[in-house]
Amino acid sequence: MPVIDLANPTRFLSIISRVLPWLAAATVLLFAFGLARVMTAPDDYQQGATVKIMYLHVPTAWLSMMCWGVMSMAALGTLVWRHPLADVAGKAAAPIGAAFTFICLITGSLWGRPTWGTYWVWDARLTSMLVLFLLYLGVLALYWTAEDPGRGSRAAAILALVGAVNIPIIKFSVEYWNTLHQPASLFRKGGSAIDPSILIPLLIMAGAFTLLFFTLHFAAMRNEILRRRVRSMRLMQAQELAKARS
Amino acid sequence: MNLGAHADFIVASYAVTAFVIAALVAWVTLDYSAQQRILGDLEDHGVTRRSQRAGKDKR
Repeated sequence: MPVIDLANPTRFLSIISRVLPWLAAATVLLFAFGLARVMTAPDDYQQGATVKIMYLHVPTAWLSMMCWGVMSMAALGTLVWRHPLADVAGKAAAPIGAAFTFICLITGSLWGRPTWGTYWVWDARLTSMLVLFLLYLGVLALYWTAEDPGRGSRAAAILALVGAVNIPIIKFSVEYWNTLHQPASLFRKGGSAIDPSILIPLLIMAGAFTLLFFTLHFAAMRNEILRRRVRSMRLMQAQELAKARS
Repeated sequence: MNLGAHADFIVASYAVTAFVIAALVAWVTLDYSAQQRILGDLEDHGVTRRSQRAGKDKR
């Protein structure tokens, strides 16, 4: 089957209905395995048991940025090729990205209090993550409040592309500015600085959160396609009623 | 498993995460049921999509 066939909403729905149960089952299994590894993972020599918060904080931070990347690519599809499935993908990703960014901010704050002695500081990493969360809320507001869905989608797509500038700012904020947030421990020159006893559970949890993201995203895309069908059928019903009355 | 002196912060982090994920799962599940129900109601009232109508006309 050619890949382009996937871009057809009806074909996409048929594939998703077959894939989604398997994806959901794999997500649950990987979370169960990951959480079992987290429970038996050792404490960090500096952070103590609070390192367990990192198994939530780090994957959700990665995914909040990856989700914006998905939305930016979808925005290109919406603005350049005007593909309806691209718009569906962008709209479905926004609430999930906002939720992951929210988890990242809250867990980071709950980790910061015992480790740094404060819930929040206005340093470059924390502030740029907060900006990402506000950008997600902005995109959601454009999608949910625009009277004309087409105009709302185009405005949200433009914001998604403009907001993509924030992603490298988040990534490099800990290198370019003097921040309380520690520099990268995994993706850095010289390899990971994390001991395998903590790194392996972290990577398993990152895999579980990634599967969760795709499960939720595909399910939300399916719902959005159905919502658009409902809208077009209601419009047709209204047109037929108007024709019958005239 | 001993969570040490900062157990409250660890438990709160996992509770918030579980709550947000549960809310996302509930959102997609309930939304799917709602859209399916509305589509079913519209089809019961004889409203069909343009593509379905075109398919019927061809036959």
